[in-house]
Amino acid sequence: MTGLALHGDLWMGADPLIRGLALDMPAGRWSCLLGPSGIGKSTIARLIAGLPGPQRLNGALRTDDGQPLSGRVAMLAQDGQLLPWADLVANVTIGARLRGAPPDIARARALLDLVGLAGLERRRPAALSGGQGQRVALARVLIEDAPVVVLDEPFSALDTATRLAMQDLAARVLAGRTVILITHDPLEALRLAERAWLLGTDGALALALPDSPAPRDYRAPDLLSAQAALLARLQGVAPCDA
Amino acid sequence: MRRLNIAPVRAALALGMALAIWQSVIWLTGVPRFILPGPGRVGMALWDNAPLLAEHARFTIVNLLTGLAAGVALGVATALNLALSPGARLMLRPMLIFAQAVPVFALAPVLTLWLGYGAASKIVIVMMVIYFPVTSAFFDGLMRLPPQLADMAQMMRATPLRRLFLLQVPHALPAFFSGLRLSVVYAPFAVVIGEWVGSSRGLGYLMLLTNGRGQTELMFAALFVLAGMSLFLFTALEQMAR
Repeated sequence: MTGLALHGDLWMGADPLIRGLALDMPAGRWSCLLGPSGIGKSTIARLIAGLPGPQRLNGALRTDDGQPLSGRVAMLAQDGQLLPWADLVANVTIGARLRGAPPDIARARALLDLVGLAGLERRRPAALSGGQGQRVALARVLIEDAPVVVLDEPFSALDTATRLAMQDLAARVLAGRTVILITHDPLEALRLAERAWLLGTDGALALALPDSPAPRDYRAPDLLSAQAALLARLQGVAPCDA
Repeated sequence: MRRLNIAPVRAALALGMALAIWQSVIWLTGVPRFILPGPGRVGMALWDNAPLLAEHARFTIVNLLTGLAAGVALGVATALNLALSPGARLMLRPMLIFAQAVPVFALAPVLTLWLGYGAASKIVIVMMVIYFPVTSAFFDGLMRLPPQLADMAQMMRATPLRRLFLLQVPHALPAFFSGLRLSVVYAPFAVVIGEWVGSSRGLGYLMLLTNGRGQTELMFAALFVLAGMSLFLFTALEQMAR
């Protein structure tokens, strides 16, 4: 189990992006960063994943077990992660091959089955729908078996019904891991998060969440009222009161 | 199945049409046969001189294929090296750009001077014509790995070599084939020009010889063999690219 604590100011090259971040993301839980486009959400994802870029943290990113994060993070991005020339099994096992380890074909098949793609193992990504493509990417995340999983706008390119189904699936298969979900969709944050923050240039504001366990039913009254309050706040018609 | 059947039928129709136009031009204008022989005469020249044509064609096609293979091998090796080593990029790229600016065909007399009238000068000129487009197209493809895949390689801690062969090369294959397709169109020109500049064998040589002797039918027959050869090469490549 690996919890994360991200504290400090986030910079993009010479420009300040978000000041005064104080995010404590507990181990084995879903933490959600909600924010408008361009605020620097993906920059935080890259920071946690240890990916190169112009981002810089004037502060510290710590793990609660004291071990470095490197090599213990898997990431699911919005799109473009699949290899168009390879079939689904090869797409799921690419991580092992990139590390020079023997690919575990049987496990890849089992995971493809788990995410609902049984029978499509020999297909190429071009023959899949957007939702199916993200299921493959999710199976790849699962085979890596990383304690920390960053979901960077994972379902933003999907239609609403598919998105809801993918949220349920992700909640089920990623249960028990430290998940950092980055999204601009208030409903997604409210359905899945166990901790949630609204990102602004002046820091992250903790959001009040319904008490029911995630993934929450989008028809439940507590979720609907939380969504109404959050939408009003995003539009600026209600004061910040978290 | 339908498509498979229709393509050759269409090709045969187009060929028949071209032959008909050719014959009608001769009937309508009364061009003397030493200027433009009819398709029947050329066909007879093809038939009567089949062994002679085959012998010269063999010389030409062997040089063409050897040059092609050498050019592809050298181009692929260069592109892989450039992709793998920033140092090589720094050193080799300006040289490549400069070399590409030299019109390869204009080098034919120089190559003949250096390498003689035999096969070597033809192989080298074909190789040079193939080398530059293949190198630059393949290299561009290798360097244009989508950022999401580059991120994945980073997160999976792939070595540069594994990243190259598991991600960059498969991603660059379409670019490689478009470079090859472009250069294969020019390769038969290259070999014929090499033969025109100085040779005692080959279809290009045969064309010059028969032209000088007024054997126009045989010259056209050689031209047809050459055209058939190019067409075969191009179709074979199209098949391979799929």
